[in-house]
Amino acid sequence: MTDTGQTNVLVLILATAVTAGTPILYAALGELLTERSGVINLGVEGMMLIGAVSGFMTAVVFKNPWAGVAAALLAGGAVALIHAFLTITLRTNQVVSGLALTIFGTGLSGYLGKSFIGLPLPVPFTSRPLGMLSEIPFFGPVFFNHDPLVYLTYLLVPALWVFIYKMRPGMHLRALGENPSAADSLGVKVFLSRYMYVVAGGMLAGVGGAYLSLAYAPSWLENMTAGRGWIAVALVIFALWNPLRAMVGAYIFGGIDALGLRLQVLGVMIPSFFLQMMPYIFTILVLVVVLGKNRSARTGSPGALGIPFDREER
Amino acid sequence: MRRLSGFIYFEKRLNTPRASVFIITVLSVFLSLVLGGVFLSVTGHDPIEIYSKMFSGVFGSSFGLSETLVRAIPLMILGLGISVAFRMQLWNIGAEGQIYMGAFAASWVPLTFPHLPTYIMLPAMITAAMLAGGLWALIPAIPRAYLGVNEIITTLMLNYVAILWVEYLVFGPWRDPQGFNFPLSAPFPEAARLGSLGGSRVHGGILFALVIAVIIYIIINRTRWGYEIKVIGESEAAARYAGMDIRRNILLVMLLSGAICGLAGMSEVSGISGRLQHGVSPGYGYTAIIVAWLAKLNPFVIIVAAILFGGLQVGGYMVQSSGISAAVATMLQGAILFFVLGGEVFNRYRIRLGRREAP
Amino acid sequence: MGESIKVKLVEMRGITKRFPGVLANDSVDFSVEPGEIHALLGENGSGKSTLMSILAGQYRPDGGVMLVKGKEISFRSPRDAIKSGIGMVHQHFKLVDNFTVTENIILGDDRTPFFCRLDSLSAKISRLGEEYGLTVDPGARIDQLSVGEKQRVEILKMLYRGSDLLVMDEPTAVLTPQESEELFANLKKFAAAGRSVVLITHKLNEVLSAADRVTVLRGGRTAAVLGREEITESKLARLMVGRDIDPVKNDSKDFAGETVLELQGVGAMKDVGRQGLRNITFSVKRGQIFGIAGVAGNGQKELAEAVTGLRWVHSGRIRINDKDITNLSPRVIADLGVSFVPEDRLGMGLVPGLGIVDNLILKRYRKAPVAGRYLIDYKKAGQEAERLVKEFDVKVADFRSPVSLLSGGNLQRLLLAREISENPSLIVVVYPVRGLDVGATEAVHSILLELRRKGTAILLVSEDLEEIIKLCDRVGVMYEGEIAGILPGGDIRPEEIGLLMMGSGISREGA
Repeated sequence: MTDTGQTNVLVLILATAVTAGTPILYAALGELLTERSGVINLGVEGMMLIGAVSGFMTAVVFKNPWAGVAAALLAGGAVALIHAFLTITLRTNQVVSGLALTIFGTGLSGYLGKSFIGLPLPVPFTSRPLGMLSEIPFFGPVFFNHDPLVYLTYLLVPALWVFIYKMRPGMHLRALGENPSAADSLGVKVFLSRYMYVVAGGMLAGVGGAYLSLAYAPSWLENMTAGRGWIAVALVIFALWNPLRAMVGAYIFGGIDALGLRLQVLGVMIPSFFLQMMPYIFTILVLVVVLGKNRSARTGSPGALGIPFDREER
Repeated sequence: MRRLSGFIYFEKRLNTPRASVFIITVLSVFLSLVLGGVFLSVTGHDPIEIYSKMFSGVFGSSFGLSETLVRAIPLMILGLGISVAFRMQLWNIGAEGQIYMGAFAASWVPLTFPHLPTYIMLPAMITAAMLAGGLWALIPAIPRAYLGVNEIITTLMLNYVAILWVEYLVFGPWRDPQGFNFPLSAPFPEAARLGSLGGSRVHGGILFALVIAVIIYIIINRTRWGYEIKVIGESEAAARYAGMDIRRNILLVMLLSGAICGLAGMSEVSGISGRLQHGVSPGYGYTAIIVAWLAKLNPFVIIVAAILFGGLQVGGYMVQSSGISAAVATMLQGAILFFVLGGEVFNRYRIRLGRREAP
Repeated sequence: MGESIKVKLVEMRGITKRFPGVLANDSVDFSVEPGEIHALLGENGSGKSTLMSILAGQYRPDGGVMLVKGKEISFRSPRDAIKSGIGMVHQHFKLVDNFTVTENIILGDDRTPFFCRLDSLSAKISRLGEEYGLTVDPGARIDQLSVGEKQRVEILKMLYRGSDLLVMDEPTAVLTPQESEELFANLKKFAAAGRSVVLITHKLNEVLSAADRVTVLRGGRTAAVLGREEITESKLARLMVGRDIDPVKNDSKDFAGETVLELQGVGAMKDVGRQGLRNITFSVKRGQIFGIAGVAGNGQKELAEAVTGLRWVHSGRIRINDKDITNLSPRVIADLGVSFVPEDRLGMGLVPGLGIVDNLILKRYRKAPVAGRYLIDYKKAGQEAERLVKEFDVKVADFRSPVSLLSGGNLQRLLLAREISENPSLIVVVYPVRGLDVGATEAVHSILLELRRKGTAILLVSEDLEEIIKLCDRVGVMYEGEIAGILPGGDIRPEEIGLLMMGSGISREGA
């Protein structure tokens, strides 16, 4: 194989890493916001599935992928609202409620999507090279020859970073997760804000799911997320609750996904089952390394994560 | 003068009568089914028809009943395994992977040593399955004990790995050459099969479940170890203060939890399929989490709850003939867990609703 | 009355607040004039913090009326209270630890621009601090500040919002006597500038030295409102407790038996990897109460944990009855006769979700007669529990319901019952009366004195100088992880301890 041939393969793998990482990135950004506000939502997998199925159905009916994205936003937000009500208002166990959401979302998406399985999507998101940018050698094809939902993350990630670290509501968000009672004593609306961020998290998870069914696959299959929601939860820890790190992490996970696909195409003699295991094993390794070496992953987590807030608690 | 001062009040209860816990749980399950029915009718199905189909499918025939028990057996064993870990606030979400690893290890015995007599074969399979499940659960337990790595995500990730591993075996090296290319291993010899009860598909695994329930009850409520598990689950600081070894208990409890879940894998391959095959568990590991939680971790209630959920799953398959996805059962399970969780608030708090006038 | 021109700054009428099982405020009346320092006096559990939390919008009253500057108001949240000019400085500071001083102060404030420009806001906060004598570095992170500095940040938070009324909840609990004086001087400045201060306290001397007026609460009701000229110590004490109190006398004789606990040059780290204990050397003898005084957070917790085996000691030796126990496991140390009543009663000392019986066997669930090799004999455990509950007068309804439902005083009795029943040769007691009312406090103190008579060595960590002076035979004062000085009991002057609490005596005893 020539040098350019090898570069081409590398570009292909990296470009696939970006698309494979994008659904995880959306979901991770959503979970990041949710956790920053002090609520842990383990229902990401379920919310992604609901986003995927509602996005796909809507896009098929309206013959417009953006309608699908809008539906995924709404549906993801709506089911996240259940988690918000249970954990914020009723103060139930956040871990169990999140699990319930995953199970519920899996079932609901399977039920709703039954008649859409295997249907082709008439109008999937397709790659649109971004003019001049796409012609930059190497970086162009890797980053700027994708569909609009990928480009959207290029805006969303820095925007969230600025929001969290530089803006007033972002400061309130950080305080909510660290010490809600301090925030409350100064008039930050703890309940309302937590509701908002849990719902926002669900909306982003919904879009992440819709990316799978509208751009990545593009089709609907039961359980098509295949654990990506859980990987997103792990990614938030890896990212130390920072959106920029989440982006890097998502592409690493995407890269491992992509590598598996590529190796198969290149005819490497490893059974595909083992290649498919890689993202999951890698997730475990990442958690062990991040938490083992870098204790700040624990100190860096929002101080009040998972603890219900009760102003009159005595 | 009238003043509005909020609309929901919570007042901590100082005691909760047992009867009200029971009534609230039953009511929660009922309400979730009602809401599920509303949802079904909104999406264009007749809920009465679906529910009655589910009900008559489960209770209307001996086949339905025995299928319910067949599905309840793994739910019982897994629910019991999960409950041990949950008791210590260890969120073992990896039962699904542990049942697969148990099934794999249990199958290895007859596939490698097909000529063992029953009295060696079955104990060997049981041991192998429990070892495999326990060790599989130990993998996430070690980083949890020594580095504080959250076990929820790691146990869950290992589920996918375990499933892929079994798929690799049944699509690859263990595929039965006489199996017409289906993803199945060769059938086990008769010595490797658990007997069934009265000609039905209900098999000896149900005895495993009952024995384990009794053992767990004794461990938790009568032994020093069970006492440590309770204390650590309630407060790690108090446990450390009392000189308990938390790391050792994390490892031991996960080992036990995984071993029990692994045994469920053995009971499935030996009692039902008689071979290792693709899809050993259709998500039993997740349903069992609901079962354990619904039963408030009480081992005997887990047995009952598992039968209910077994029925729900059979019902889900019964309605597939009307063109509805069996996922409807999964959806209802999620909804039930939501309602039970929400209902618990009535056990912990008195709730006052509505506008209140201040004097 | 009607003709009075001066409108009251705050008036609360008939305030009632219920918590499950407790009537915290029972139709309380309370008012504050502009420009006064008003003490709200009452013992623990008298309802003073609840009343002020209602004023600060933290709790909602179940009944009653509130007026601010003559206008009736109803607060739905702390935000409303702050808008009306009422700012509360809580006893447990409400600060975000990993935020800077500036971020904490501007948090939740509507005037903060959408994109925070922290530099100009920091400058503004610096100026505000200088104006009121509350200097603190606006760029410092909260977790780097001392307790006194954190309190200044809390006060600045309220001044930044232009509060007319500053509610200070037990502000001196965490300060040295000298720091307290400085605080009172500042509070008097605010009052002179026309602002008002409510001082929540249970210390009589603070009322005498600082207050213009005092409202005394007892059992959730208003016991009296007195003007400055009517205030006398004995009158206040009677009003607060409802009877004359004759405090336990320190009959310290310093029995000077053989040495039970001996520390030599002990050093240990804090949780976050900073130095927690430095070169600690002292010893405690049989029948001696050795007090550890100091502002909370100067290594007391680490010291108690080092002695009981819960914290790794990296240098020095610890001996119990001449046996080296350095870095032995907590269980071995407990078996050698060391009992421990930790600061965190519910959560560390007791398991909140378990019942009385389970809690009483926490230290002996592995020993006969309660336990065999594997099993626990719950029948025996139950009988034992009944005996202890009776002996220590713990009031319980049900042996199975979780102990988290017990009152503070009962929890402490239960904890002491278990720890004393082990017949310890040393008992380590940390903040034993924190949050307890006068009756419960006296009960705990007489239990400790009884133990001393029996010859137990007692290491008593306390933040209350009165308690230290009342009970201790010797007192070590801790400052930044060191023993700043050791004083003999009997006639200790608070100022002397106070100086050591600020670290100004370290050279004297020279460790």
